[in-house]
Amino acid sequence: MDLGESAPAPRLSLRGIVKRFPGVVANDAVSLDVRQGEIHGLIGENGAGKSTLVKIIDGVLQPDEGEILWQGRPVTIPDPRAARRLGIGMVFQHFSLFEAMSVVENVALGLDDPPPRNRLAAEIRDVAADYGLPLDPARDVHTLSVGERQRIEIVRALLQKPRLLIMDEPTSVLTPQEVERLFATLRRLAGEGCSILYISHKLQEITALCERATILRGGKVVAACDPRRETAGSMAQMMIGAELRTVARRSGAVVGAPRLVVEGLDLPASDPHGVALKGIGFEVRAGEIVGIAGVAGNGQGELEQALAGERPAARPEAIRIDGRPAGRLGPDERRAAGLCCVPEERNGHGAVPGFTLVENGILSAHHRRGLVGGGLIRLRKARAFAAEIVSAFDVRTPGVDAAASSLSGGNLQKFVVGREILQGPGVLVVSQPTWGVDAGAAAAIHAALIRLAGEGAAILVISQDLDELLMLSDRLAVINGGVLSPPRPTDAMSVEEIGLLMGGVHGVDPAPAEAAHGV
Amino acid sequence: MAFRIEPRRAPPASLFYLTPVLAVAVTVVLGALLFAALGYAPGATLYHFFVSPLTTVNGLAELVLKATPLAMIGVGLAAGFRANVWNIGAEGQLTLGAIAGGMTALELIDVDAPWVLPLMALAGVAGGMAWAAIPAFLKVRFDVSEILTSLMLTYVAGLLLALLVHGPLKDPTGYGFPQSAMFAPSANLPMLVNGTRLNAGALVGLAVVLGAWLVLARTIVGFQIRVVGEAPAAARYAGFSAPRIVWLTLLAGGGLAGLAGVFEVAGPIGQLVPSISPGYGFTAIIVAFLGRLHPVGILLAALLMALSYIGGENAQVAVNLPRAATGVFQGLLLFVLLASDFLVRYRIRLARPARAAP
Repeated sequence: MDLGESAPAPRLSLRGIVKRFPGVVANDAVSLDVRQGEIHGLIGENGAGKSTLVKIIDGVLQPDEGEILWQGRPVTIPDPRAARRLGIGMVFQHFSLFEAMSVVENVALGLDDPPPRNRLAAEIRDVAADYGLPLDPARDVHTLSVGERQRIEIVRALLQKPRLLIMDEPTSVLTPQEVERLFATLRRLAGEGCSILYISHKLQEITALCERATILRGGKVVAACDPRRETAGSMAQMMIGAELRTVARRSGAVVGAPRLVVEGLDLPASDPHGVALKGIGFEVRAGEIVGIAGVAGNGQGELEQALAGERPAARPEAIRIDGRPAGRLGPDERRAAGLCCVPEERNGHGAVPGFTLVENGILSAHHRRGLVGGGLIRLRKARAFAAEIVSAFDVRTPGVDAAASSLSGGNLQKFVVGREILQGPGVLVVSQPTWGVDAGAAAAIHAALIRLAGEGAAILVISQDLDELLMLSDRLAVINGGVLSPPRPTDAMSVEEIGLLMGGVHGVDPAPAEAAHGV
Repeated sequence: MAFRIEPRRAPPASLFYLTPVLAVAVTVVLGALLFAALGYAPGATLYHFFVSPLTTVNGLAELVLKATPLAMIGVGLAAGFRANVWNIGAEGQLTLGAIAGGMTALELIDVDAPWVLPLMALAGVAGGMAWAAIPAFLKVRFDVSEILTSLMLTYVAGLLLALLVHGPLKDPTGYGFPQSAMFAPSANLPMLVNGTRLNAGALVGLAVVLGAWLVLARTIVGFQIRVVGEAPAAARYAGFSAPRIVWLTLLAGGGLAGLAGVFEVAGPIGQLVPSISPGYGFTAIIVAFLGRLHPVGILLAALLMALSYIGGENAQVAVNLPRAATGVFQGLLLFVLLASDFLVRYRIRLARPARAAP
């Protein structure tokens, strides 16, 4: 990019920003410019480094290397207060509001130097009316919808007359109508000269809203593009990467009768930031591995809880295990029926951190492995079971009496996965099977899953690691906003198609994308 | 520059069991300072507080007599505390147990049969359970904090008892005193040591402690209680029902408190009076934590707390120490215990806010 003499300096420039965390480089020489009055998209999968970058701009984190220029002048941003003084406003994905307090009180709490209450209320009313964001300053927050709550955050940012507004996944909690309204506000702001850095993984939004976009993958800038000249498909490919195809697929499995059948499974969201499951339907056959891809927070956790039985379905027939209606059964009854489950979160969900490995073995396997008799725990058998997991899955631990919290994340993962596999389940639902484990252990877990499928189990893998899904699964579905795409043979799906589904673009023919890319 | 509190990475396990001992030691030192500040010779006061009650048979018997309800209630509460069920209304459940058991005894005042006492015990357990069932129901059904409901019901129970002994249960030949008739001999607990007030309730208390130990350590129910308390999400994952644990632990705590209440009226008191317990139900909360929520620890803690009660009375008689000093002393013990707990888990550091290089 060649800036002419007369062109004004970009409002914000990042030059070679590097941020390292133990074991990972979150931002690797990231450079980008946000011009005046521009809506700039920042796209990337979860873990691509978007949040880290935003925290650096907002002064929450300090870069290890690199330079931040504000209107062409190098600056350091030691804390969020300094960012606010520069004119950087931030609207977070998850709001930090006090439910029991009124709108005006919440806004006042977020300001460095709040004016008196009634003047602030008047200002809120003015800004809200001015930007078409209806908001009553006197209302208590707990009476407001999620969209209205977001308006509080936006109004709070606008009151400080920002010159750069950062929006982190602002639409993830909004209805389509609220999204339209938000977009209108953002366009108006940009028209007035305010720059906007818009972070999202929803590609349609980026194409609809942004003039320029920066795409992050693995902490690096992989592309800067004009979304109006790209398609959702081409950007999906850039976001996910093209090297995926090189992963070796497992050879075709012999599949038998359906063992897990899900039909019309609905589940309301459990909290304002949760995702509701809508009409989920699929089946997993004996010997088959079905993968579910998707960007984090699109209903994976809810689906896993619905399948495990932590949140029962409305109808028994919504979930069948080996033909038996199981929708209303609890987790232990489903385990007895043959369905075992590895939750995404090991600490405190799949395992109790303060308990020993022996006790953590009892946690989910007490029934299927007969570790309890007449109400009493069979300690000898429980110890033997824990030892069996430790040796079969190469769990590095000083012994079975070590607390789960003393194990590294990868080793605990091996233990939890091993505990479920060694119960010989007919159906195994496993979330993020290799999150945080090293390559060798990941290969061992994959091999164990394939072996279990070979023995006739039906396996459902929910993962954000597309490489893993492409390698393991016979069929693949994508979850987005609580809706599951129909599973299709993995061989028949292109990376682009998967990316489109992950970005929330349903039923789009990928062909025009190819054509557009050639332009 | 500012203070920062951060968790210690790996608090040594030995400290976990050492802190109660340490806390007792610190409390003794602080207590000595307190006594000195009040103008009492610290050495003599501490001697009358902690040593002289243990030198007589009667003193030892009183010690066990007072430790029994504390231990019984303590293990019941500890089961709940382990599951994050905060029943702090054991005092009220004790009172209801005493009322139910006492009314049974008064009803059967003319019956001389060996089944009277067991029936009273059952009635007392049921009474305590019924009182604890109210917070359990409200918690499970409406998510009402059991801390508030169980505590408030304590005062209701106290007033209910007062109403009964001032009214329908008042002994008609009692010269108008607000108390019931004395129970029949068959409604009194058998004595263990002649010449003292020590009764068979102590043996039941010991059995309760051992039984609770077995249940918590070796049964799947105890396992479930611990999982629900330590990791609610893991309990859900395992299929352990949290509402069931709320019911179970509240009923267990209420039942044991009720039993302790019966043992008070069927033991040292022998009738229903307006005030049955010197705050056993509240002191048992201290006992449960001092004993690390472990039944054996609770037994030891109950003996210690009983000693502080008796020692307090002893010191009142021997050196005229005010009664309130005993309460202050007990509060001090809980405070020091919680503080040392905190310091085992966290450390306080002087921290400068980190400034990044430009």
